[in-house]
Amino acid sequence: MSIVQMTIARPEAAEAVPAPAQRRPHWTRPILGLLLPVGLALLWELAVRAGLSNGRLVPPPSVIWETFVELAAAGELQRHALATATRVFTGFGLGVVCGTVLGAITGYSTFTLRLIDPTLQALRAIPSIAWVPLFILWLGIYESSKVTLIAVGVFFPVYLGVMGAIRSVDRKLVEVGRAFRLSPFAMVRRILLPAVLPSYVLALRSGLGLGWMFVVAAELLGASEGLGYLLIDGQQLGKPAQIVAAIVAFAILGKTTDWIVVLATAPLLKWEDRFSAREEAN
Amino acid sequence: MLSLQHIGKTYPNNVRALEGVSLDVELGEIVVIVGGSGCGKSTLLRAVSGLDQPSQGRVLLDGVAVTEPNEKIGMVFQEPRLLPWLTVAGNVGFGLEHRPRQEREERVAAQLARVGLSDKASVWPRELSGGQAQRVALARALVTRPAVLLLDEPFSALDAFTRADLQDHLLDLWADGKPTLVVVTHDVEEAIVLADRIVVMRPHPGRIEEEIAVDLPRPRDRQSAAYDFAKRRVLAALDRSLGRAASVDDGETKAASGQAMWW
Repeated sequence: MSIVQMTIARPEAAEAVPAPAQRRPHWTRPILGLLLPVGLALLWELAVRAGLSNGRLVPPPSVIWETFVELAAAGELQRHALATATRVFTGFGLGVVCGTVLGAITGYSTFTLRLIDPTLQALRAIPSIAWVPLFILWLGIYESSKVTLIAVGVFFPVYLGVMGAIRSVDRKLVEVGRAFRLSPFAMVRRILLPAVLPSYVLALRSGLGLGWMFVVAAELLGASEGLGYLLIDGQQLGKPAQIVAAIVAFAILGKTTDWIVVLATAPLLKWEDRFSAREEAN
Repeated sequence: MLSLQHIGKTYPNNVRALEGVSLDVELGEIVVIVGGSGCGKSTLLRAVSGLDQPSQGRVLLDGVAVTEPNEKIGMVFQEPRLLPWLTVAGNVGFGLEHRPRQEREERVAAQLARVGLSDKASVWPRELSGGQAQRVALARALVTRPAVLLLDEPFSALDAFTRADLQDHLLDLWADGKPTLVVVTHDVEEAIVLADRIVVMRPHPGRIEEEIAVDLPRPRDRQSAAYDFAKRRVLAALDRSLGRAASVDDGETKAASGQAMWW
């Protein structure tokens, strides 16, 4: 009896396998991610409209949007965003150059690692904000001290990322370079740099994130323009909508710059045999 | 001619890996080194390649001492060791960077055709099977036209069928320019298929136990009686190298297990 059942059941089972009806189509994925924030915003908007809250300290999305549009129409938003972005990019550039060069040197040679790394690790242990008073004394209260603070924030993740990645490059691949008699410079260019590129991109991204973090710290401590200034201004004048608008601007700028880094480096990382690649290919 | 003179290697922890290994390899000769584990065959090959320095003795290639990787010496490792960020063609052309672009491309294309992977030129190494990857590694080593090609257990990670295929392929490639081949293996059949001369090593410390000339005509019939005879000679030498007589049964049925057990 069971044999009969099995033979009858089999065609059904075979049909059931190649029917991945559960799979959601491509376009649902970003929408899935938006569900939570958009849902919460809508709920808050409805709550304020229904009079459950006056929404003065936590402005509803419509008020934030109005403030955003007002600031943009007056050109204020653009001016402040540009000031902030300029500081981040200058500081990021400086931090990346220093972090990459020092990370490459200490990663490549054990001697320089022993010479330089302990000092840098000690400096890394200092919370970067602690430098602010000193930077202001040294460099004044204008751009230099802010850019320096950002550069310091960017420097350490980049330095650590490059140094660690170079030191963990597969010895077997380095040996291939040796077998082909590469000079030290060619070894760096043709083996070490391509090998560390994936970790380097990650280091750049965390460095950039910290850059955006430190620009707020720098601007909160005294600035006449910048998104951080909008934050302080909103606090002092009691305009929570302006604060949230500035926060939203930070989120947009931060996410966009991170996305640019990812897009710009993606062609260089096509070769990667990644765990996540399977998921993305679907 | 490749000449190894009294090569000795002592590691920093005072382990003597090699002692007094002397071997002359003629131009175009295929020498296969076999031996149990710990007999220093890979250490020996690395000393010849110039990747490691012997503690005693020296390696001479055409009378010149080899102290660092030499452009006349190519190396194929146990793993393909392809650079994952270069395409197959980029990997094959890795050692030709200093050549003009056109010459490089032509030589890479010709070498890829020679290993039967022309259609894979632009794919990433991750897309290759193990046998294909090792063929690319062979092409990368051969494209610079080395006078000596060293192979360190090159096919040991492959399945038996692919391995036999690549052994024939290696002989085919060897026939092109007749480079000197020095192959390290723990596969006796591989040794007999490839070798003009088999060097059997003994461990602790590594030294040469016996040299066995294999003068069977190529291509070699893996089923022939002569092949079988050669195999038995090598296995007997391996048993001797490990200090046990093939004929003596010490309770472990040596004669039968010897083939499988000696490494």
